[in-house]
Amino acid sequence: MDLYEYQAKELFGKHGLPITAGDVALDVDGAVAIAESINGPVVVKAQVKVGGRGKAGGVKLAKNPAETREIAGAILGMDIKGHTVHKVLVAHAADIAEEYYVSFLLDRANRSFLAMASVEGGVEIEEVAVNNPEALAKIRVDALEGVTPEKAREIAAAAKFDEAIQGQVADILVKLWEVMVAEDATLVEVNPLVLTPTGEVLALDGKVTIDDNAGYRQPDHAAFDDSAADDIETRAKAMDLNYVKLQGDVGIIGNGAGLVMSTLDVVAYAGEEFGGIKPANFLDIGGGASAEVMANGLDIVLNDPEVQAVFVNIFGGITACDAVANGILQAVDQLGDSVTKPIVARIDGNNAVEGRAILNKANHKFIELVDTMDAAARRVAELAAARKGA
Amino acid sequence: MAIWLNEDSKILVQGMTGSEGTKHTRRMVASGAKVVAGVTPGKAGADVDGIPVFNDVASAMAATGANVSVVFVPPKFAKAAVEEAVDAKIPLCVVITEGIPVHDTAQFFQYAVNAGTTRIIGPNCPGIISPGASNAGIIPSDITKPGRIGLVSKSGTLTYQMMYELRDFGFSTCVGIGGDPIIGTTHIDALEAFQNDPDTDAIVMIGEIGGDAEERAAAYIKEHVTKPVVGYVAGFTAPEGKTMGHAGAIVSGSSGTAVAKAEALEAAGVKVGRTPSAAAELMRKILS
Repeated sequence: MDLYEYQAKELFGKHGLPITAGDVALDVDGAVAIAESINGPVVVKAQVKVGGRGKAGGVKLAKNPAETREIAGAILGMDIKGHTVHKVLVAHAADIAEEYYVSFLLDRANRSFLAMASVEGGVEIEEVAVNNPEALAKIRVDALEGVTPEKAREIAAAAKFDEAIQGQVADILVKLWEVMVAEDATLVEVNPLVLTPTGEVLALDGKVTIDDNAGYRQPDHAAFDDSAADDIETRAKAMDLNYVKLQGDVGIIGNGAGLVMSTLDVVAYAGEEFGGIKPANFLDIGGGASAEVMANGLDIVLNDPEVQAVFVNIFGGITACDAVANGILQAVDQLGDSVTKPIVARIDGNNAVEGRAILNKANHKFIELVDTMDAAARRVAELAAARKGA
Repeated sequence: MAIWLNEDSKILVQGMTGSEGTKHTRRMVASGAKVVAGVTPGKAGADVDGIPVFNDVASAMAATGANVSVVFVPPKFAKAAVEEAVDAKIPLCVVITEGIPVHDTAQFFQYAVNAGTTRIIGPNCPGIISPGASNAGIIPSDITKPGRIGLVSKSGTLTYQMMYELRDFGFSTCVGIGGDPIIGTTHIDALEAFQNDPDTDAIVMIGEIGGDAEERAAAYIKEHVTKPVVGYVAGFTAPEGKTMGHAGAIVSGSSGTAVAKAEALEAAGVKVGRTPSAAAELMRKILS
């Protein structure tokens, strides 16, 4: 999960990183109250999980509480690349002499971690990497050794930080690595890290991605999740379903993440023939594909108003297809009259013949069985297009 | 012959007395794999269907000659379990467990690299099967028969799907390397092993969005693999920034896209199918 800047800074503060005073507000009055308590110039920053908010007008300076009122009013509710601004961070506006960049991230290719640092911060780091690669130091961090004070100094020196502040930067790097490990983060980034005219080094912005797999040992992280953005996703999450909402017309249910991703592709290809029919969601009900999970999955997908038809694509590996077929029928029974959209099923693998026989015998008016994945995708796209056009 | 797992492999199961461990131990045994031991701390002396349980990996290996471990222990205890297997110098450790925090995986992977005596497959993978010879993990053994195709895949069910599509040809070894951001065995490791395996004639490689493992595999193929390779990549329609089921399956900006991966593979001479069936069809043409 990507965190908002204010949440990232909350973690920075918790681990002793130098940050500016400030707080998050949900409305204009809240923003003004924070500005009053800071008692000086503030910066009002839109809290959205997307880059480029500065260019979009989502970050502005306010000299006093009256200006804060005006600016917060303009930023709250603003649309930044499809993200509506619901929160603003109001923070003390620090004087800036220099802007730097530091981060730690998971390095998938080398199966360890990577430190990145540059004295050219405050801009998109991807641009520095492309236009001026020697200005971006990249140092491997061993997962077992971590970032010791020596390692931190090595990183600061490699990035050519001024010797006068290398100690401060190294100290920040050690604390930032502590955030990385203690909070089970896969990315911690400070851009910009700034030097003030009085020689202080401060984390002015923050970006943190936390590992969802570590939820069991990070109970505090649940509070960071405000994903009420899509009601269907929230409902699916409550049912423990692995669901992602997409923009399309064909509801997808499958077992196994790879197979479901593949199903989305196959439906999109088939949909090209029918005026651009697309998959409406990703839903992986897991390798086991039990009847109960199938029922929950069908419930979620059929209740998506955008869905015109559903494709159930199961490869019976561990679970036999006869059990899967019975699961589909039970699920449809449980849902009763709310099933009003066509369901195309393709079941293959272990006991496929028996499974298909069960579905054929049931002869349910909304369930249609198709033998192969490609043919089933074509059929469901055709059905969805017909309903959409009707 | 096959890669990494053959008829002489002796398997121990870490977490054998748990429900998943017991269930899959039985399936492995039923498929003809030699499962010789289980490991559950504090349960030495117990057994599962007559297979003895030991307190730790080292004593299980000493008593039974086990040389492959399959790990079913829950995420919380997985790191300790793998490090124990590494300490016991087991040659192959197959980590089935899903949901391990990536810091733990990064640490036990580094631990294994430092020791230099254990290959890790996974985590979050279905395991490895050499049809007709042995089976370490949860891959169903009745999908296909022994043959001369090698298969490497990030995804479990796509592995099964591809085994099924080409079931009449059969496979030397099928490896599910797992969908996590950090995995012990990569596409490249499997490609190298298949290239060197005299009983593998052709290779199917299944990838998915996220990271750049497929691009790096493509570069490796161009340089080192002379056997025919057929590829399939899942996730062409995946939107940017959303994790698609597997923790590692996420498109970030312009990197990790299925298009980039398919193009890289094709540029390396790999025939890439648009769907699993189309990829299987390409392999049929090569082999017949």
